[in-house]
Amino acid sequence: MQTLDLIGAEDGIEFGYGVRLDARLEGSSGPLALVLPGSERSSEDAVFIEALAAHFTVVAPSHPGFGLSPRPEWCASVSDIADIYLDWLEASGHTDVILIGLQFGGWVALEMATRSRSRIAQLVLVDSFGVKLGSPTDRNFADVFATPHDQLENLIYADQAFALGELGGAPENTVLEMARNDEALAIYGWEPYLYNRRLGQTIDRIAVPTLVVWGAEDGIASPDYGRRLAAHLPHARFEQIEQAGHRPQVERPHRVAELILTAAR
Amino acid sequence: MQYWHFNEAAYPDLPDPETYDSIRVTLPNGTIDPGHAADLWDRYIREWQVADECGLNVMVNEHHSTATCMTSAAPVVAGILARVTTNARILLLGNPVANRQDPVRIAEEMALIDLISRGRLEVGFVRGVQYEVSATNSQPIRMTERMWEAIDLITTAWTTHDGPFNWEGEFFQHRQVNIWPRPYQQPTPPIWITAGTPSSSGAIADHDYHVATFLGGLEGTRKVFQAYRDRLDELGKPGASDDKFGYAALVYTGQTDEEGREGARELLWYLQSNKVTKPFTYPPGYMPYQVRSAALRGPNASSSGAPALSPIPDMTSMSLDDLIELGVVFAGSPATVAAQIERFYSHVGGLGNLFLMGQAGHMGHEQTVRGIRRFAEDVVPRLERVTEKVSAT
Repeated sequence: MQTLDLIGAEDGIEFGYGVRLDARLEGSSGPLALVLPGSERSSEDAVFIEALAAHFTVVAPSHPGFGLSPRPEWCASVSDIADIYLDWLEASGHTDVILIGLQFGGWVALEMATRSRSRIAQLVLVDSFGVKLGSPTDRNFADVFATPHDQLENLIYADQAFALGELGGAPENTVLEMARNDEALAIYGWEPYLYNRRLGQTIDRIAVPTLVVWGAEDGIASPDYGRRLAAHLPHARFEQIEQAGHRPQVERPHRVAELILTAAR
Repeated sequence: MQYWHFNEAAYPDLPDPETYDSIRVTLPNGTIDPGHAADLWDRYIREWQVADECGLNVMVNEHHSTATCMTSAAPVVAGILARVTTNARILLLGNPVANRQDPVRIAEEMALIDLISRGRLEVGFVRGVQYEVSATNSQPIRMTERMWEAIDLITTAWTTHDGPFNWEGEFFQHRQVNIWPRPYQQPTPPIWITAGTPSSSGAIADHDYHVATFLGGLEGTRKVFQAYRDRLDELGKPGASDDKFGYAALVYTGQTDEEGREGARELLWYLQSNKVTKPFTYPPGYMPYQVRSAALRGPNASSSGAPALSPIPDMTSMSLDDLIELGVVFAGSPATVAAQIERFYSHVGGLGNLFLMGQAGHMGHEQTVRGIRRFAEDVVPRLERVTEKVSAT
């Protein structure tokens, strides 16, 4: 049975605690933009990363367990992932970092920003997970693990041209990557479902400028949730993106990049 | 050979399957008429009593959020059976240990039932079928490892009698484990684990536990049992006696072949009513991602589907004759059923326990009771001659 060819011990980039990850490096001038993806396939972010690379030095890893990145067994929580990137930032000496968290990656970015803010100049959250708002019966995020694939793609993309459609007709490696990403999401986010209760108490200390970007047609986490999240962050500005669902960086990559560039200036 | 009457205690009076996506997890419980459900429980419990009166044993299982099985808390039902049966051994197969937060509580529940039944309990442990992770919110990652740690903790709790012990495992932590009361049977009640494929048999053989398999047919079951026997060989242990092996099949015995087959056709409800959507059938992490990927690329599974326990695909569309041929169903007159079981017994290299799924779906009480009695009165004596002959040689 075919599996994905994960990166080997000599491949990829060594991040913190000796963990090697598959990562895209684009652009060589400007401050570091650390792009933390969600559970989309890595090729879906290509245009967005290229757009950022005109202005920033972009590093976009696949988190442990996602894409072609192996996962050390000890790395089993979003806090663990955050520690890996913070350790790397410390060792690499980068300052004035633009930290961009996309969906699941937004949760990772929030965990990082509540731990250490000295190297972060600008935080960007795009349709982010991570924070529980409201009462126990409020569902902040649609249950992706209970939703059939075709319905899920309707919730994720405003324009179904971006969807994979019927999986039987999709390339095998594409579905393998999707399935591996789903599994990683279940490892980190099954319970509590895509949030850390602690963040609800600690994000009010994130005293860095924060841009909260949300797809107007996000069916996974609503724009209303995004506005409420932004209201909990002390220096946040909310920007809604029209004609975009849960992954605006995929559907409107240039628009998202432009907002980030404006915020970072 | 020991025989166990088994019934999933379904709530079968459902709307047209076209009107719902999944019989598990999402079918609203407003579908249930509580009075009717209570009536069903009266008769199901009565049927287990009939089995006891006929000299058979009884078996219960547990599922969650599903109309296919109203036994949402098997220890409750096993506790009732401990009081309303007299001689039957009571097999709970099984406790879904990977989906329960507190193994010490399971150790307590089992010890209590064992005590109340004066040592008639046999305790099964299962990882749990995939739909259960959504119904119980249980993380579908590393469930087998979680199951085995839970079993280790439970058996340690049963066998430690000199005060509290400490447990700091990977999945479970408990500083003062000292269960009261302790089990009636010493050192522990007999322990059963289910295996769907041969790869699960080795660890069960390592512990000398009983191995049970469901609806695997002649070939699937032979492989599971053979892997258990091979593992014992590898370890240099003596061969396993028949009593270590159990198999669950759909079984109906009539006075004639036609009456038996008529009953079996009612039982096929169990194979044909498992309509479940893909997200609940293939939760991420429950199986390797490449297996899940292949399944997601395959045909749409959200039509009436077979139970996930069996390694045999496409059981829903098979004829009764095909299912009998495969060894999934035993049905007919007493002589016919005995011959089918004898053939099965020889093919799998011997087994000492048969779990008889003798009620499913809309099969009424009278028909269920007739099937149980006919089996006990007319099949068991025939099989005793066979199995005793085999074990004497």
